Amino acid sequence: MTASTLQRPPASTDDSAKIKPKRRITGGGLLHFYTWLVIAWLALPIAVMIAFGFNDTQGRYNQSWNGFTFKWYGRLFEYPDLTSALITSIVIAVVSSLLAAALGTGIGYALGRYRFTGSGSLNLVMFATMSSPELIMGASLLSLFVSAGTGLGPVTITIAHVMFSISFVAVVVRSRVLTLDRSIEEAAYDLGATAWTTFWKVTFPIILPAVMSGVLLAFALSIDDFIVTAFTAGTTKTFPLWIWGATRVGIPPQVNVMGTLIFAIGVLGAVIANIRSSRRGK
Amino acid sequence: MNRVKRQIAPYLLVLPGGIWLLIFFAVPMFAMLSLSLQEGDIVHGYRFTGHWQTYTEAISAYQEQIIRSLIYGVIATILLIAIAFPMAYWIAFYGGRRKGSYLFLVLLPFFVSFVLRTISWKQILTDEGPVLQPLRDLGLISQAFHILGTPYAVILGLVYNFLPFMVLPIYVALERIDPRVVEAARDLYANPATTFRKVIFPLALPGVFAGVLMTFIPASSDFVNSEVLGSSDTTMIGQVIQTQFLENSDYPTASALSFVLMLVLLIGVFSYARILGTEDVMKVAAR
Repeated sequence: MTASTLQRPPASTDDSAKIKPKRRITGGGLLHFYTWLVIAWLALPIAVMIAFGFNDTQGRYNQSWNGFTFKWYGRLFEYPDLTSALITSIVIAVVSSLLAAALGTGIGYALGRYRFTGSGSLNLVMFATMSSPELIMGASLLSLFVSAGTGLGPVTITIAHVMFSISFVAVVVRSRVLTLDRSIEEAAYDLGATAWTTFWKVTFPIILPAVMSGVLLAFALSIDDFIVTAFTAGTTKTFPLWIWGATRVGIPPQVNVMGTLIFAIGVLGAVIANIRSSRRGK
Repeated sequence: MNRVKRQIAPYLLVLPGGIWLLIFFAVPMFAMLSLSLQEGDIVHGYRFTGHWQTYTEAISAYQEQIIRSLIYGVIATILLIAIAFPMAYWIAFYGGRRKGSYLFLVLLPFFVSFVLRTISWKQILTDEGPVLQPLRDLGLISQAFHILGTPYAVILGLVYNFLPFMVLPIYVALERIDPRVVEAARDLYANPATTFRKVIFPLALPGVFAGVLMTFIPASSDFVNSEVLGSSDTTMIGQVIQTQFLENSDYPTASALSFVLMLVLLIGVFSYARILGTEDVMKVAAR
């Protein structure tokens, strides 16, 4: 993927530049400007969220600008229920992403490596979980839990998050397994390693980066999820659910600060992961 | 012995995750179907009576919201194609070595919680907010002009929240176009407009289709945007389902409505797939 991205564009720019130099500059320039305009539009609400974390407002009402302050960063944990909602979100995200990684890796590895009856329908089910409306998944899970008479809480939220994350992990792992050089594994067999040893000593280290990006994807899906969580939470509050509940009574600046920190950590993590993988590519 | 092992290995690997998907994705659909045919209330419990009239009652009571959701979904999807296509086009053909960075910028909103993003739009669009107040001070808009609470605000929220899901698949489809095909069209004296219409756009269609699938479904079943940015005039079916399930505990009506919504979306998607063909779509969607 990266290789083709790097090679193709120079060829196309050179050749077409020779043919129609003028149109390329004007048309491309206009679209360039347009692209940045859309990116600015995408960034606008994020900028507003970050800015209002520095707003010197009184108490919970954070609607108009009252001057710059750092104080909310110091008083980040002033609302115990908000803090515990954030912790609940993080714990659920950690547990569900690890579980989804374990289950999804099994599926992804099997789909990438073996041909077996039923793989077609498995693909279909995975496609269905990835494209079904979250509302329907949440509503049907609630129907199941109501019919079974189980209570709702962190456990049911985790179950739901694992469910919608498995397929994403499986897809990421499968694409890595498909490009795997099998002669390395055969070499291990030839040297007398058992299937078990070969998997853990040879195959797993190779697919580990894919498993890790699956974990990160599942973590990101879980920590931000609102719709499915709303249906499976009962009285439990996660970070997005707490914000939702607070919209009527006013959202304190601490929410903006937490949102800003999650944003910063996420972006930083993605940038670092990207730099590392591009280095490995060279 | 080894051959047997080899044959059961994939099933052992698939089993745990497969069972999880079966119990918590497939079985719940049947639980919901069963619940929609039950009668009773939250205090006395529900009993299966096969009362299918719940469906006709729910549809006639909420047809307005169902139709409105589909209209908002269609409008948002059309706007999304119009906004995303030129952007994906530019990134794919002119992005050069910075393609990855541009895509990252497109994905930036995903690092902020869906709810928080939408609330941020509410803050921007309020009557005293940074957009409307200056315009009103300048006399460019009347005192009675609002954006919040109107369908415009809800559709803006939908377009904003789902834009990355439209840009990415179109980008993937465009990026795979062999530049030599475009050059061949030019060599055969096609002007830029014809090249776009006859070569680039048809090749990008699978991406557009995948984008429609990934945006129309969540947009028309959304309840966050219409709740935060809309008013009682913009109620969407997602809000009705959410309220019936979580606040009124009218489970039969709520599950019946969920089923109707799912069927309508499935019919829409399948007839659309029929027209365009599914082969290429699955390829792009699978990436």
